[in-house]
Amino acid sequence: MTAGQQAMRTHVVVGAGQAGAHAAVAMRRAGFGGRIVLIGEEASLPYDRPPLSKSFLLAEDEPRLTHFFEPAVFSSLRIEAMVGVKVEAIDLAARRIALTYGGGLDFDALLLATGSRPRCLNVPGGERGLAIRTFDDASQLRQRLIAGQSVVCIGAGVIGLEVAAAAQARGCSVSVLDVERTVMSRSLAPELGVLVQQLHEHHGVTFEGAVAVAAIEGDSVVLGDGRRLPADTVVCGIGVVRNIDLARAAGIATRAGILVDPYGRTSADGIYAAGEVAEFPLAGGHGVWESWKHAQDHGALVGRVMAGAAQPYNEVPWFWSDQYGVNIQVVGDATGAAAAQVVDRGKRDGPSFCAFFLDAQSHVIGAFGWNAPKEVAAATRMIRRAMAITPDRLADPSVSLQTVLATSSSPAVAQLV
Amino acid sequence: MTWVRVATTAAVPLGEMLGVSVNGFKLAIYHLDDDSFRATQNVCTHEFALLSDGWLEGSEVECPLHAGRFDVRTGRALCEPLKRDIAVFAVEVRDGEIFVALPQ
Repeated sequence: MTAGQQAMRTHVVVGAGQAGAHAAVAMRRAGFGGRIVLIGEEASLPYDRPPLSKSFLLAEDEPRLTHFFEPAVFSSLRIEAMVGVKVEAIDLAARRIALTYGGGLDFDALLLATGSRPRCLNVPGGERGLAIRTFDDASQLRQRLIAGQSVVCIGAGVIGLEVAAAAQARGCSVSVLDVERTVMSRSLAPELGVLVQQLHEHHGVTFEGAVAVAAIEGDSVVLGDGRRLPADTVVCGIGVVRNIDLARAAGIATRAGILVDPYGRTSADGIYAAGEVAEFPLAGGHGVWESWKHAQDHGALVGRVMAGAAQPYNEVPWFWSDQYGVNIQVVGDATGAAAAQVVDRGKRDGPSFCAFFLDAQSHVIGAFGWNAPKEVAAATRMIRRAMAITPDRLADPSVSLQTVLATSSSPAVAQLV
Repeated sequence: MTWVRVATTAAVPLGEMLGVSVNGFKLAIYHLDDDSFRATQNVCTHEFALLSDGWLEGSEVECPLHAGRFDVRTGRALCEPLKRDIAVFAVEVRDGEIFVALPQ
């Protein structure tokens, strides 16, 4: 395609979150010269979501949105940002989307970065559980975190725990419940989840695992065994549902997410998907990742693909969480499910440590860092290189991981075992 | 501009970095693979984090918090989520001591 032909084309990005905004910006920076339209359902330009469950809830003054791209970036890159607009349907044959409040938009290529929405608690009164996804959600919750009041967080994932930490800091009486026995059970081995749980308990938060919630009634949460927990405020952090309806109605292949190849291409020609809504190829099948870094990187990658670059997605999953001033980072598979052994660098009862997950051949497949970003950065590179390492060296603080990695640039040399 | 002694060369092994505080400046000192020493501001331009807690690879430092990367020779921000470059400072090595030029 010549530059002249490209300049006549319109690329529409549906979804103005982390993935969609990064896609639009990366597409332009990678040289796409046509029209770019970025459509967002929320009535604000793209903003940072990570603080919503952290510093936002702790702010003394009324917190503000923080935009990860200055608003001027969109105008200077000639990206038309349409916010407060919902897309109703995609007409694949006519290459046109319909907008809810009337009208439509013709496109040559379309990116679906529609993200996800919080899963609702499916019990009587479940709608009273507050979820955090948007600025409005977080603003509403922040006003309810009043000292002396009781807060019950249903779901001990990262969001639920961050809210619990914030509520505790604001002087609320906080309990966290989960159907699993340990916290962060989807991403962390139980032996490490226990440490996070103890951190919360140390600060006065109560955790109860392996419990079912039967209902939310009056000022209490009713458990499966009939007990009632006082709850002025109930917060639900029980996972997400991906926004695939638009794609599915158009006949685009979906499962839990919208199915894409390593380049973000869906089953329909010229239609792409990126970020949390995209179900992309992983070793042993397809998967979805729910993290800030993935949304940013996958969005940018698919944006570049739409500008003509051919680059497959090949990242290692990574996320962080801040709780009570402890920086937690998880990279790769730290569930223990695929690990033959766990090697600690640093002491678990000390101020910082990193647990490395090794498979049967001593390849690093995951890590959990407790105030240990350098070790997690090293683990990320070891995972990328499928590097095997002697557990003793990994555990020895006198062995520099920087040196270990520098002296093992090829897989053959990496065999330090 | 003042030249200030910040560390001995032995304190910054090849391929590693060191965070120091001098005259109110938080600095990161890097010992690159070409055996040169470099210095930048140590605080990331995105959110508060010390780059010396992150990862040095070649001439790039990766922030420990959100994985933004800077070229420590030029200070250039190389990827998202970074929007602003970091300050770089001139470095001289004399008799095993690292000196950094700081604005007065």
